[in-house]
Amino acid sequence: MQAITREQLINKAVALLADGTVKYVLGWKKGEFDYDITPAVFETAEELNADFVWNDFCGANFSKYLVAKTRKLDGKILVFLKPCDTYSFNQLLTEHRFDRDKVYAVGIPCNGMADIAKVKEVCGDGISSIATEGDALAVTTIYDDEPVKVAVESVLAERCLNCKSKKHVAYDELMGEDGDTLDSNRFDEVAKLEAMTPDERFAFWQNELSRCIRCNACRDVCPACTCEKCVFDNPTSGVENKAPANSFEEKMFHIIRAFHVAGRCTDCGECSRVCPQNIPLHLLNRKFIKDINEFYGEYQAGAEVGSRAPLVNYTTEDLEPGEVFDRRDTNA
Amino acid sequence: MQVNGYKPLIVAFCCNWCSYAGADLAGNNRLSYPADVKIIRVPCSCRVNPMFILRAFQRGADGVIICGCHPGDCHYTSGNYYTRRRMAMLFSMLDYLGIERERTRVEWVSAAEGAKFAATMNDFAEKVAALGENKRLEDLRCKQ
Ligand code: SF4
Ligand code: SF4
Ligand code: SF4
Ligand code: FES
Repeated sequence: MQAITREQLINKAVALLADGTVKYVLGWKKGEFDYDITPAVFETAEELNADFVWNDFCGANFSKYLVAKTRKLDGKILVFLKPCDTYSFNQLLTEHRFDRDKVYAVGIPCNGMADIAKVKEVCGDGISSIATEGDALAVTTIYDDEPVKVAVESVLAERCLNCKSKKHVAYDELMGEDGDTLDSNRFDEVAKLEAMTPDERFAFWQNELSRCIRCNACRDVCPACTCEKCVFDNPTSGVENKAPANSFEEKMFHIIRAFHVAGRCTDCGECSRVCPQNIPLHLLNRKFIKDINEFYGEYQAGAEVGSRAPLVNYTTEDLEPGEVFDRRDTNA
Repeated sequence: MQVNGYKPLIVAFCCNWCSYAGADLAGNNRLSYPADVKIIRVPCSCRVNPMFILRAFQRGADGVIICGCHPGDCHYTSGNYYTRRRMAMLFSMLDYLGIERERTRVEWVSAAEGAKFAATMNDFAEKVAALGENKRLEDLRCKQ
């Protein structure tokens, strides 16, 4: 269960609309199903009361939406940010992607979000409704009217199990208690892969990446992917907006996508959340983050506005590309 | 360079100001290096983006090497420092995906190092020849 209630959020939004602080509210709304919550813009108390949603499926990170919304809407926008979202918010400010003056950011606490894929593993497909009852989800399917109870804790998203911070790094106002940065185990899986043989790693990634349908959802949702012209939309590239033709194109897409966000990826986890094929994209992003930390010193993208990303920075003492492996092999 | 009759195709990205001139010097001095090293001249080693490297593998390269001025000597002052970070990250990622780490390399070769250029290419071609054909980053549509 979340520490803050839907009513509290609506009251806050209504108050800020009423006193003229903001003209719009960027919030969550029910999509096709109870669990596919989508971002939406609200303008009135009536709209908020009718459609605003706050539950264990509000994973969507609004930071990226600010890029388009601050350009399109003339007036201040209220945005609710979970701790992880505030890192993306800062990163986008660092890259001058939206006008800070047009945003009123309210930091809200988060107890972790549920992963619908894990819920489906328990309850099966054909979910007709999901309601929150305390710390559990009551799930009904089209096959059974009797709801199945699932503890939220048992179906937390991967990114929430490895949450790096409950601390908000950007806000105008904070609701509830602020937390701290956490010692997460987010690099454990990467280390496991590093310890495998190249053949095992190759087989692992071949298996994962071959499921990619190139829907581009991972790119479209990513707060670090805000290029006006993306390389994967370039009609002369031969790979624009189409399913990978073979394993080379799969690997090319994934290497380049991860490389483009290297040093700027805040590890917000949105890419893995939205992938319809459940490809562990975080294992690619975190590999870069782990390498950056090891080679160039600890760096957390978005921790502060204006920091220089490691790949657009250097020192004259940096290690040579050829030394990367010597180093790993002696560490192992 | 041959191993059991197999000759690898090597793509060498050489920066205009040092390494390309180094290759020239190797030629002028009649130093031999494998004919299957295809040199692509770039203005600076930092012009090479990861897509170039992947494209080279896609189109049949068995090994890709990037050569630039020695750190501190880049014609544009700092280009090769960025190359160094980018390539360290990229090579590490390729290895993480299970692609042979010996297929990629960065080497600093100055305009005066014709001998180093030839020796580097010979050594690299030998290592790549020992690995055999590039299978893990190949695109069968590009093979004859
Ligand atoms: S979201 Fe998943 S399936 Fe879609 S392009 Fe990204 S990795 Fe591929
Ligand atoms: S690559 Fe994934 S985890 Fe990183 S910023 Fe983008 S969406 Fe977030
Ligand atoms: S994949 Fe690369 S080019 Fe495309 S939006 Fe992301 S960072 Fe930009
Ligand atoms: S000009 Fe040679 S590396 Fe930059």
